[in-house]
Amino acid sequence: MSVLVLVEVEEGRTSLVSREALTFARALGAGDVHAVVVGAASAATVADCRDAGVAVVHEAVDPALDRYAAAAWAAVVEAAGRAARADLVVAPGTGRGNEVLAHVAARRGLQMAANVVSVTSLAPLVVERQVVGGAALERATVSSRVRLLTMAGHAVEPSPAATPGEARVSPLAVPVDPRDMRAQVVRVERREKGDSAGLAGARVVVGAGRGAGGPDGFAAVDALAERLGGAVGVSRVVTSLGWRPHHEQVGQTGSRIAPDLYLACGISGSIQHWAGCASSRTIIAVNTDAEAPMVTKADYAVIGDMHEVLPAVLDELG
Amino acid sequence: MSNVLVCVKRVPDPTGEVVLTPDGMRVDGRFAGYTTSPHEEAAVALAVAVAEASEGTVTVLSVGPPESIEQIRAALAVGGTDGILVEADSDLLGPADVAAAIAEAVQARQAAGTTYDLVLLGNDAADTGDFQVGVRLSYLLDRPVVAGIQTVEVDGDVATLRGEGPEGTEVYEVTLPAVATVLEGGVTPRYPSVMGRMRAKKAEVETRTWSGSPAGSGREALVVPEPPPSQVTVLGEGAAAAPALVAVLRELKVVQR
Ligand SMILES: Cc1cc2nc3c(=O)[nH]c(=O)nc-3n(C[C@H](O)[C@H](O)[C@H](O)COP(=O)(O)OP(=O)(O)OC[C@H]3O[C@@H](n4cnc5c(N)ncnc54)[C@H](O)[C@@H]3O)c2cc1C
Ligand SMILES: Nc1ncnc2c1ncn2[C@@H]1O[C@H](COP(=O)(O)O)[C@@H](O)[C@H]1O
Repeated sequence: MSVLVLVEVEEGRTSLVSREALTFARALGAGDVHAVVVGAASAATVADCRDAGVAVVHEAVDPALDRYAAAAWAAVVEAAGRAARADLVVAPGTGRGNEVLAHVAARRGLQMAANVVSVTSLAPLVVERQVVGGAALERATVSSRVRLLTMAGHAVEPSPAATPGEARVSPLAVPVDPRDMRAQVVRVERREKGDSAGLAGARVVVGAGRGAGGPDGFAAVDALAERLGGAVGVSRVVTSLGWRPHHEQVGQTGSRIAPDLYLACGISGSIQHWAGCASSRTIIAVNTDAEAPMVTKADYAVIGDMHEVLPAVLDELG
Repeated sequence: MSNVLVCVKRVPDPTGEVVLTPDGMRVDGRFAGYTTSPHEEAAVALAVAVAEASEGTVTVLSVGPPESIEQIRAALAVGGTDGILVEADSDLLGPADVAAAIAEAVQARQAAGTTYDLVLLGNDAADTGDFQVGVRLSYLLDRPVVAGIQTVEVDGDVATLRGEGPEGTEVYEVTLPAVATVLEGGVTPRYPSVMGRMRAKKAEVETRTWSGSPAGSGREALVVPEPPPSQVTVLGEGAAAAPALVAVLRELKVVQR
């Protein structure tokens, strides 16, 4: 018996959530940990897997897999699951991780639990997972023959294994079925600078919510983001009202950010907004309401009108 | 002409404080009220746009208690044509059950002569967040599925769908009939007009039941975690707090000069 982890690679590096998933899988103590990667496993990925204690890295290399197709990825995960004799499959709770495991679940008639934060029992498998946008946890039994889990981000801290794994690379032959290519990415329109990719990776995010007051209320927010070399992030109220574009939205239905500093101005800090900014290292809230959740959950706060506080901060910075 | 089916779920409004029923098995929506996910609102807006462009129809479907008619009517008010209510206690259903109930309704319509070229769902429901009903449905209907799209355009029997991927906007072209799950952000939600509300009241909503027996969701209990005690350091009030705030910025080394 073993645990198979779907490892996602971003710009040649094992993604953070994938490393979290590997750590989680190892900590279960439910047998050897195997990894599966779509495409050639880079030296960096193999090294990350070794550090994480992975026994075998299954790699699926096939030109047909160059274009992302969730069903074809699912076929790869199924083949790796068979090779690994896995009875548990773990994927990062990303768009792809959730999508691919949902395909595996549908194809094999298996149960899948999304956004898992912990496992409370292995037999039967009982998990705790985030529901209602993170406002509640659901304890659920996952009882199919093979169990499929996706991991909520930052549920565990990635850590190296006490003894590194062998991380033996094992090529996986996956004949790609044309039916699994019916829905495939036909082209990628590269991102322009300054949109959500910049937001997700920004070291500093200056946030603004309804407190901005209107589409003209962002001058100081933009200026401060510029001054700090950061990005602007907004609440859903701001995008729904059309004050700013959706790609700037932070939260459950927007971008997840993890900056060193999140300066959240005129944002109440609803659970759905918090879902996107909880991983910020330091949060400073600027809000007229000292009781707003954004204030009580922040590290630092200034109580006051953002239209007075931000210009004064810009002045002070010179 | 495109016929679009869009699936919406009645969920307790999650924006306020989340209160559980005494048995801890469900979110109590009696005080907060009920709504649908923003993703589903986006799906409805896309469905209406696709149908408008081709003089097609939009059928709004929900699996749930009789009160789900409110969510169906809300979607009808922004441009839907008719509705299907599959009556069930959605708390007893897991994502595979919901997909099966939707598939059965689609197949019944098909047998009666209506094929849905496009079925749109939310990417994930606002309450259970299972991330799988749409994908499961596509296999039951044997159709291609694209998850997490933000826009869709239909030209003849090909749909072009766009969504955000790790490296940029990913474009899919699929042959209809197809299934897609929607993330908000690519379309402005529609707001009902008075006319729309009147039309919605009169629109036909078929009520049906699902013939399958539920596998269930595996839920044992819900818990609302206690918020950790506040650790906030208040730096001051108003503009007078600017120097203290800037001192923190310098301490955090986020000020370059
Ligand atoms: C399924 C679902 C998903 C959602 N996803 C997201 C998401 O991804 N992102 C998101 O942000 N929301 C999301 N929401 C919406 C969320 O629940 C809140 O409605 C939203 O975050 C509130 O935005 P806000 O804080 O800007 O506005 P409000 O809640 O109205 O808060 C405004 C805040 O500004 C303060 N304020 C007012 N004037 C000033 C001033 N002059 N100076 C300083 N402070 C001032 C007020 O005290 C208040 O705290 C989602 C909701 C649902 C149901
Ligand atoms: N009971 C339901 N009735 C209608 N549609 C539903 C229901 N449950 C889920 N869906 C649809 O499936 C999507 C994904 O749900 P889920 O897989 O449960 O996260 C939702 O956004 C809805 O569009």
